[in-house]
Amino acid sequence: MVQDLSDRSQYPARNRDGTLDVDLTSGKYLKLWQGPNHPGITGNMSVELTVCGDEVVEGKTHVGYLHRGFEKLMERRTFIQCFPIVCRICVPEPDFNEYCYAAAVEELAGVEIPEQAKWIRTLILEMGRFNSLMMYLGGQSGSLGLGVIGQWTTYVRDLMLDRFEELTGARIYHMFILPGGVRDTLPEGFDARMEETLREAERTMKDVWNVMFQNAVFRKRTIGVGYINPALFDDYGVTGPTARGGGVAKDVRRDQPYLAYPDLEFEVNVARDSDIYSRADVRRRDALQSIDLIRQILAKMPRTGPVMAKMPNMLHWKIPRGETYIRGECSRGEYGFYVVTDGSGYPRRVNVRGPSYTHAMALLERLIVNCNIADVAALLVSLHTYPPEIER
Amino acid sequence: MQDLQTRLAQHTDLGEWTQQRADLAFVTVAREHLHGLLRHLRDHEGFTHLVLLTAVDWLEDGQFQLTYLMNNRAAARDIGVRVLIPREGADMDSIHDLWPTAATYQRELREMFGIDFPGSPRVDEEFILEGWRDMPPYRRDFDTLKYAQEEFAERPGRVSKDPETHMKQKLYPDGA
Repeated sequence: MVQDLSDRSQYPARNRDGTLDVDLTSGKYLKLWQGPNHPGITGNMSVELTVCGDEVVEGKTHVGYLHRGFEKLMERRTFIQCFPIVCRICVPEPDFNEYCYAAAVEELAGVEIPEQAKWIRTLILEMGRFNSLMMYLGGQSGSLGLGVIGQWTTYVRDLMLDRFEELTGARIYHMFILPGGVRDTLPEGFDARMEETLREAERTMKDVWNVMFQNAVFRKRTIGVGYINPALFDDYGVTGPTARGGGVAKDVRRDQPYLAYPDLEFEVNVARDSDIYSRADVRRRDALQSIDLIRQILAKMPRTGPVMAKMPNMLHWKIPRGETYIRGECSRGEYGFYVVTDGSGYPRRVNVRGPSYTHAMALLERLIVNCNIADVAALLVSLHTYPPEIER
Repeated sequence: MQDLQTRLAQHTDLGEWTQQRADLAFVTVAREHLHGLLRHLRDHEGFTHLVLLTAVDWLEDGQFQLTYLMNNRAAARDIGVRVLIPREGADMDSIHDLWPTAATYQRELREMFGIDFPGSPRVDEEFILEGWRDMPPYRRDFDTLKYAQEEFAERPGRVSKDPETHMKQKLYPDGA
């Protein structure tokens, strides 16, 4: 049974204002920066560690290296001009931004999207989830020295990017989901080529299971490490596979179904130990589930009818005053857009709620205490964070 | 969510109630009722998940709107609690005692909107911006273009053109 050791040590002593009483000249403590340029960091962020020997006594997350002010930029752009911006909030899984923003704008404007567009959106979101999880598996194994896994997962991600390219015309930022629906139908022969990709992905996932999850080093260094007490999940806004790794079956696709998810059959993947291994295993099963869901979508989706609702002139589109929140389950947890409109042709306020915001800030800073320096990278990657959605 | 509205009205003086969807409502309350209402929603109505905390700048009204969005997973519904505070000397009570993660949101709002949350842990520490001396940048009256023109030098040799004039000249060189 894994125990919660997160509050094991109270030293160094705390000052009255709650800060740690760390005397760096004493020779007992040392400041160590992990990032912003470091192989054990996720994207452009850094963790300021205070260590005593090889044990971390305090960690502070620093972000801002990538701040482009997305939310502010969107306030000065028309609703359609925001689309090239939103996808850039999350590089490995950009489609969620497009979906959440489009759905929010549609709801506020009272637009209903066609049935086929719903299915194509679901397909795109699952393809994006699979790609994001491939990047995660490569990163998680890489954080523990298993470099080859990342090469395999990058290979299958690349195959999926080929499918994205033929569907949307772009590999990374697709801008395929627009208010009113999607830009086009599936190209001819797409299903067969997708099936080929999925088979290759399944073959790779078998190798990943054998070489990563059965690996003695990986198991030894992840089982029982990075434990999150499930009692903290609500306190720290923990969602997605991070929560599911601790036995809480939080999944927006099941809890508040959207798009075509009510018509798809799937079980929410959970594990019980709430450590790095459990979270990794949930994500591995999520990737296999995405493969299954893509097959289901292609088998069940309607192939006729429009993919775009009748929309007003985008250049002069004004949306009545209102506010809404749209959420979805991305590969890392709950992703959402809070959009406020004021009757003009521009959004009044857009706020992006990414899972990294809660996972990589308050939660990480708590978990990192008492962690061994060598485990920091594995712990951080196991929270599956992407910094741009923190500093959007 | 009519039932929830009725129950909440028995405890708190509720302002405008907006039913956005069957599973999403927004309600406005006075700032002095906020803490008690959030605690009640968390402890007795199952809204245990703080989804987000953010601000909207209503510059023309001289007010900030703070939105506290909470989720009840078991009942599959959300409620957004709105509080309006004056822009001038904006401050608000901290809710980090209810959700520790709220401290992060409050730190960001302090930096980006200049809304203070006295007592919130590390609220005065820099969050995203380093050495920022101008007004909080997410306020509506912060002019990004003016800031960029004053703060950053143009790259030598770069010519920027007004798109409308440029296209007119290109398409109709003789001014027709």
